[in-house]
Formats: sequence, structure tokens, C-alpha cells
Amino acid sequence: MLDREILLEKMRTTPYLPMKAKIIEAQMVTSKEKFFRIQLENKINLGHTPGQFVMVSIFGFEEAPISVCSSPSDKGYFELTVRSVGVFTDRLHKLEKGDLVGIRGPFGRGFPIDNMFGYDVMIVAGGLGIVPLRSLIRYIMSNRNDFGNVQILLGFKSSKELLFEEENKEWMKRAEIKFNCTIDRADSEWKGNVGLITTLIPGVDINPARTYAVVVGPPIMYKFVIRELLKKNIPDHQIIVSLERRMRCGLGKCGHCQVEGVYVCQSGPVFTFNDLRKFKGECHEKAV
Amino acid sequence: MKYAILKKSDLNHWLKHLKDRAKLYAVRKKENLFVFRPVKEVQDVCLDYIPTILPPKKYYFPQKEKLIKFSVQPFKTAKAIDKFEDFILFGVHTCDIAGMQCMDVVFREVPEDPNYLNRKDKMTIIGIECLKYCDQYANCTSMGNHVPRGGYDLMMVDLGDKLIIHINSEKGEKLVTGLDYIKEATQGQMDLLESTREEKKKIFKEEFTGPLTKVYDTFDKSFVSSVWKDVGRKCVACGNCTAVCPTCYCFDTQDELDLSLNEGIRYRIWNSCQMDDFAKVAGREDFRKGRDNRQKHRYYRKFKYPVDKFNRYFCTGCGRCTRACMAEISLVETVNSLLREEKK
Repeated sequence: MLDREILLEKMRTTPYLPMKAKIIEAQMVTSKEKFFRIQLENKINLGHTPGQFVMVSIFGFEEAPISVCSSPSDKGYFELTVRSVGVFTDRLHKLEKGDLVGIRGPFGRGFPIDNMFGYDVMIVAGGLGIVPLRSLIRYIMSNRNDFGNVQILLGFKSSKELLFEEENKEWMKRAEIKFNCTIDRADSEWKGNVGLITTLIPGVDINPARTYAVVVGPPIMYKFVIRELLKKNIPDHQIIVSLERRMRCGLGKCGHCQVEGVYVCQSGPVFTFNDLRKFKGECHEKAV
Repeated sequence: MKYAILKKSDLNHWLKHLKDRAKLYAVRKKENLFVFRPVKEVQDVCLDYIPTILPPKKYYFPQKEKLIKFSVQPFKTAKAIDKFEDFILFGVHTCDIAGMQCMDVVFREVPEDPNYLNRKDKMTIIGIECLKYCDQYANCTSMGNHVPRGGYDLMMVDLGDKLIIHINSEKGEKLVTGLDYIKEATQGQMDLLESTREEKKKIFKEEFTGPLTKVYDTFDKSFVSSVWKDVGRKCVACGNCTAVCPTCYCFDTQDELDLSLNEGIRYRIWNSCQMDDFAKVAGREDFRKGRDNRQKHRYYRKFKYPVDKFNRYFCTGCGRCTRACMAEISLVETVNSLLREEKK
């Protein structure tokens, strides 16, 4: 059976049963974030779409939804980058190379990579938002000629929170990708831009009708970024966002991730701004 | 056979027969309220009752249900339940049957929920149609659930000293055939059923001040309304309303380790959107702040969202949320306030 069929069959028959998976690499990447490379049993490929998430299980500590940060073109394993913010993630941070976790998924709808085919792509990442977007960036890198101009705008609170620093440098070097990074507060180690990520947008040169803007960041960031993107005349359905919610089951049943009538775990986490406009008031990320 | 007749004096015989066939759950009195319980003594079974404290959902969607079993070292996982047992729910009101139909569409939607569906597969439903109002809290007539609308195997209607039983499935038919005390209904008895239902129409009147389509339209326009502020001010966020609701199915998962700290079980437990941490994420952002917004969400999950998604109202009209509310929030009054506000 193909890996994809195995995963679909599992989802159909035993959706609550996690698969055995092994951590094959683990390393702290900032003071708060840890990077994991994980291999599913029998080296099955996760076969996710960039933007999808998995439910990670540690027995005795339940489960948490975590975005995949590797590209489906990275075969034989997948990667997660996790900030320690609570009981579960604190426990996850204690795990090292060789330890086992349970994995369910991949869940949800990822970035519309097929629709983006042939378009210019502008990636806007705030803080941890770079984690799911790294999956998309890596995917674009390995399918570079499927896309038009690509630019990446990154924002972090401080230089200490910078993620994927080595890769950033690599992205910066690549001639066919425009790369820009800013931090909210200046410090002595930082030589680049200073200011909120919204300050980077007015200066970008884009052809709005031909551009997909993909935005991921903390909930507060969206409305400000979207406002700037709308000023640039990017159409609603070409502004792509990913919503953070409290997924518990991943199957569109348990109710925790619901925004009005929509289960984010199944219909999202990726939405277009056009989708967001339909919400009547419960979507924090919707621009006013 | 489509309709069968059972003398009430033979009811206990039949209950004994059912009890031998499968695990039997029915209603019994508990102080001045009623509950579904496994039947021990058939004479304890009540057919004349107001909606039970908890709906029968506890049997196909238990408060605490084993999802998987696991061991940490060596890493092992397995389904927690391999076999589900046959069971019969006896004497279920039509409102609660409507609740089952709602839950069915949710758990059948892909990705399906095998735990729920496996349990439902083993279930036989014997309903009883109400001929009088349970109390002032119900709104079953507005919801159209005061009369049977399928979803059962057998449906009983009280005809005085007899019960007429509508046979709605093969599974149901097997429970009434081959018994000398259950006979096919005569034309006279069918006529009596007809006239009984005609009488019932005089008693059951719509509880909302507008038709259901109007209620739906009103919800479409009432996302911002002072009614939610009023409801939110009263609400004490106890979660009673969602626990007793036959169509509330939100849940959480919980791991429990045994004393070895190596083996354990992952449970699914009922949860409530009325709890203040329900929509909070690890980064502390609360995506549904305030009791007013949480109550509004509950109402929208009955009168708007499932209608858009499944063309089905998820309020059955059982009245439990109003009956169980410590702050005396009334569903009928809330809906009628919205209708009134909309008219202005």
C-alpha cells in the first residue's frame, strides 16, 4: 500500500489511535523553542501539505496540535518546532533523540499550493508563524519554477527569538528570493531592520492581481498585516492565513477549535481572507 | 405487521422478554425526577415521565469513554474496546430520539467516529409518544419533535389500557413477533390512534412566537444583540445546560495512568463550551471570551450552525437546559426575546 493509503485507512478505522514515531533529532534552537525531526514507524512518509498539523501524543500527558515545519519534499521524516508554553510542551521539550511519541494526522487543510501555482508569493511570518511557513518555503524552494517572484518578510520580537537562523541566511543568499527581516525592539547584536512587520509591507513591490500573500503569526498580528495587504490591493481570496485554535480531536467533532460554524481542524487551519470575511464576529484575526 | 397491540397488563411480560434479549435501559423515578437506568425490576419502569435528568446520550456517548489503551515502555497502543454489547433503550421520548438523529449526522460525517458508530450499531430504540406536556419548559412543538419522526425501531402510543406499537424496522419487528400477548392492531385500534393524535393537536401549541424559519432568520441577524448581554449576565457558567442537552457532544480527552505509571487509558470525557478555558490556547489567547459570547455560541449551535451544515435544528425541544439552569435562563424566553427584538 502507498503511505498515503495507509494513513487514510488509519484515519477511517482508528482515528484516535496514535502511530508510533521516533525522534531522530532533537535540539534547542532558541531558549524557548526546540526542534524535532521525527520518523514514523516503518518510515512511512507523512505526506502532508504545507500548513497542515499533526496531533502529538505523550502518554500520560494527552495530545497537542503541532504544525509541521518540514516540506513534504523532505522524505522519510518530518519536523516540528515547538515552544514550551505549558504542561504538554514542557514535557515534549524533555524528550531527546531516540525517544518515542505518538502521532495522529496529518490534519486539516494546508496552504493552497496548487492554486498558488504560477503566482508570485509573498510570505509574511510573525514570530512562531515562521514554523508552518517554513514548510511552505521549503516546498517552494524545491519546486521553485512552479512559482513566480517569491519574497519573504519575517518579524521577530528580538534577535534572540530568531528561528531557523542558518536557513534564513541561505534564503537571503538566494538570488531568486527576496528576503527581509525585522525585529520589534533593537538590540546590540542586530544589524537589520527594526520595527513591526507591518512596516515592511508598504515598501514591497508587487503585482497584486498576480500575488498570493501568506500570513501566519500571533492572533494580534493578522488584522494589522491584512490591513496593509488590502492597501496593496491584493484580492481577498489571495490573502491566506492560518488560524491557531485549540484542536483536541482533529476530526471536526470535539468543538474546541470552532469559529462560529466552522471547525478549524477540518476546514482550516488555513483560510483565505474571503473565508474570514464571512464570520460575523467570532474570528479575532479578521481585520476591522 | 406495521402496528401491534400490547395490553398494559402484559407490559411487564414484554419487558422481561426484552431484558432476556439484550441489556435493557429504561426510565425510573429518582426522588421527584426521572433517570434512565439499567432495568433490574421490570415493575420500576416508568412510561409517564418528564424528560430524564440526563438524556439517553450517556449510553451511546458516555460521560467518560475509553478511547485507547497504551503503554509507555514498550510503546504500545490498542483500541480500548473490542466488543460493544447489544442494548435496548425502552420508553424514549420523541425529543430524545430527535437528539439521537442529530448526534448521528455529526459522528457519521467523515472522518467518522468509530466509537460512537459501534455503540449505535448495537442499539435498539423503543420510543413512547407523549400525549400531554411534560411541563412548562419544553418547546418540542415549535421544533416539531412532539410527534415521532423516525429514528426508532418501535414506537409506543398509550391507548388507555393498551399500547399501540408502530414497527419501524426489522430489528424492532423481531422484538414483537412470536409472542402470544402481542397482536396485530385492528382497524378500530388504528382509528383510535388517529383520534388520539387529533386530540393531541389541541394540547400541543407552538411555544415560540414565530415559526422555525423565522427563528433561523432572526439568528442570522442577531449576532450582535442585547439579549446575549442579558443572558451572559445571568449565566453562572456551570455547564449544566450542555451536560443535559441531548445534542451537545463537545468533548475533551484525558490520559489516566495506572499505579505503575507505565500503562494507561486515554478517555474521552464530556466537555462544555460554557467553561472559560474551552477555547483558550497555550499562548493564553481566549478565542471566546465572556459568558455572553459562550451562551450565544451554545444557542447558535442549536439554531444556526447545524442548520447551515446539516439542515437540522439541534434543539430538540426537551426543555432540559431551562429545567437544569441554576440562573433560570429560559430557552423559550431567550428565543422569543430575539424574535421580539427583530420585529422592532
